[in-house]
Amino acid sequence: MGKKVYVTGLGIISAIGNNVAETLDSFNSIRSGIGKLEHIASRHQTEIPVAEVKASNEELTAMAGFPKEYKNTRTALLGIIAAKEAVKDAGITDIRELRTGIISATSVGGMGMTENLWMDYLNTEKSGDWLRYIESHECGDSTEAIADSIGVKDYLSTISTACSSSANSIMLGARMIKLGLIDRVIAGGTDSLSKFTINGFSTLMILDKENCKPFDAQRKGLNLGEGAGFIVLESEEAAKGKKIYCELSGYGNSNDAYHQTASSPDGAGAYLAMEKAFSVSGLKPSDISYINAHGTGTEINDLSEGTALDRMFEKKVPMISSTKAFTGHTLGACGGIEAVFSALAIKNNMVFPSLNHVHQMPELSFTPEKELRKDQKIDHVLSNSFGFGGNTSALIFSKKN
Amino acid sequence: MEAYIKGIGIISPQKTFDTKDFLSDVVEYDTNSLRCIEPSYRDYLNPTLARRMGRIIKMGIAASSVCFKDSGIAMPDAIMTGTALGCLEDTEKFLLAIIENDEQFLTPTSFVQSTHNTVSAQIALQLKCMNYNFTYVHKGFSFESSVLDGLMTIAEGNGKNILVGGHDEMTDKYYRVCDRVNYWKKETTPTMELIKSKTEGSIAGEGAAFFMLSADKSEKDYAKLRSIKFIYKPESQKEIETRLNEMLAEKGLKPADIDVVVYGNNGDTRYDGVYDQLRDSFFSNSTSAYFKHLCGEYQTSGSFAMWVAANILKTQSVPPSILIGDKKHSQIKNVLIYNGFMGTDHAAFLLSQC
Repeated sequence: MGKKVYVTGLGIISAIGNNVAETLDSFNSIRSGIGKLEHIASRHQTEIPVAEVKASNEELTAMAGFPKEYKNTRTALLGIIAAKEAVKDAGITDIRELRTGIISATSVGGMGMTENLWMDYLNTEKSGDWLRYIESHECGDSTEAIADSIGVKDYLSTISTACSSSANSIMLGARMIKLGLIDRVIAGGTDSLSKFTINGFSTLMILDKENCKPFDAQRKGLNLGEGAGFIVLESEEAAKGKKIYCELSGYGNSNDAYHQTASSPDGAGAYLAMEKAFSVSGLKPSDISYINAHGTGTEINDLSEGTALDRMFEKKVPMISSTKAFTGHTLGACGGIEAVFSALAIKNNMVFPSLNHVHQMPELSFTPEKELRKDQKIDHVLSNSFGFGGNTSALIFSKKN
Repeated sequence: MEAYIKGIGIISPQKTFDTKDFLSDVVEYDTNSLRCIEPSYRDYLNPTLARRMGRIIKMGIAASSVCFKDSGIAMPDAIMTGTALGCLEDTEKFLLAIIENDEQFLTPTSFVQSTHNTVSAQIALQLKCMNYNFTYVHKGFSFESSVLDGLMTIAEGNGKNILVGGHDEMTDKYYRVCDRVNYWKKETTPTMELIKSKTEGSIAGEGAAFFMLSADKSEKDYAKLRSIKFIYKPESQKEIETRLNEMLAEKGLKPADIDVVVYGNNGDTRYDGVYDQLRDSFFSNSTSAYFKHLCGEYQTSGSFAMWVAANILKTQSVPPSILIGDKKHSQIKNVLIYNGFMGTDHAAFLLSQC
């Protein structure tokens, strides 16, 4: 288990850019992706802000490299675009050359299509080529579309543990490489916005009607987002001689076992996940240069996560920010998207700002970074992702020695 | 990467809830959508809690409870489950409410429960188990992924007793939806006729099955789980045979060493050829069994198959209701499951006598 796992490729699409370069440009220009919902006909269009990818399904189909006859869900298209970018970035030309897997993650899979077609599916008098979307409802279908688009065949899986889903897919990928089951894996996640999730989170009354304010004392909730983020993980042998962003040095998953949707006030699960990640990496909290927090902007998450961080770091929390005010909360994709941010932070020596923070939370010792910081020495990044069902995950990315 | 199967809990369209019995009294159906025979949940859940819970959540909690009792393990070191469709009933409920009420007057209960990891999360919540907790949602690889993760966790030394499971429920509406893409047979097919039907389509099924995988051998073990392999979209019969040969060779075995093969035949002429060819040539010396006539076709049916295989080894018997052709072995040392979902996601499991 002493083997190392390296990050050799990045791919991303979200409300702040359709690829890595555009994403960095948005950070450099402090351009949030949160705005009005355009691509879903919902009665909440004007009232609930979201972080939507700025492209129609037709445009995404073209970006994914398919003719317009190709039909797939937005979840699959976003995933294909990000996974293709990651594979290209890793310089992989022959995917079958090594044992390669794909591990994706999603919270609602093809729901974005199901919710529009459900009544037609049940009406046997109606028929059309849209019936093909029936099979795209299942979460695993988007993963198979991604696998087929890049030619992966050796191992496929999909994880759904709500908002920690894609941190968990990265964790699984690293473990499989360390056990020698595969040589490399494209790991991350994809989720598109849907009326299902917008209304679901709305009933829970945790959506901010304005742009979210992670770790602000007056935070009002989260903004939903969409997108996909994938990283290429390779074994030491496979990565030899290649461009390396960083090492995935630590990972941990735990369960808060407190409530189906709410985090425990003391963040016990979050603490355990971080503790495991430190144990795997052999690092200690004081080694961390930057924390990319889960930081959704809900009252409960930020208090729970912040409390766990204060305990873990003994109130000496390093530079920390939540990027959710840029990308929104992309649910099953956020662990993948934020893994890309973590790798970029290390490679570019930068720390992304936490937008909209004004009021210090009295319960916490730390204040998130409010400005974009450059020329920082970033050696180790901790990235947290927490989800419904008490699912808590932490990843640690480290500069290659 | 190996583990002992120390305990099982399973709810299915058969009388499987009592772990002592192995298909001595098969329930035969005359319908194309098999549903589970559910226990009284009072023994497993507080009635107030149970009233609000979706059916698959209750089945998951009850089946996992039986598995804990059967294995004598009260607190697993990790929980991983597989489900292709998650909590379908709650998903449909919330979806329909959105459509019918035009996104107004909604309540969160069914949305919260629709989350795919609700079953594994509820098991953890009931036990106050803060350990590793994963939910796999990859069609016909969902349960298989949980089993692989269980074996990995034991190999890493991160746990000794791991709860793995598969669970999927069918609803009337989803049955109709899948019927539109020709999943099911048009004619009603009685249980024992499925494999002879010679038509397209299968019969729908569902189930919840949990297994305690253990690093340590004990007297109560059903079997030893020795290997699991995934074969995605096999391009030819040769590819399947090559992969199976590799899998067996890793364990020092040849096809002739497999005493019983449990096949995933679902009665659909589009997919059964793969199994029939393996039976006629590659595994021609092995006793053949099948199971989908008893539980129906569903993405996590591999979990029903693992219950069948574990019991074949434990009881050293192949019940007549699952036998294809003649029984060729008296002593059963090695059992292989070859199962696929709709021709796309194929998996092979190797189990051996303890």
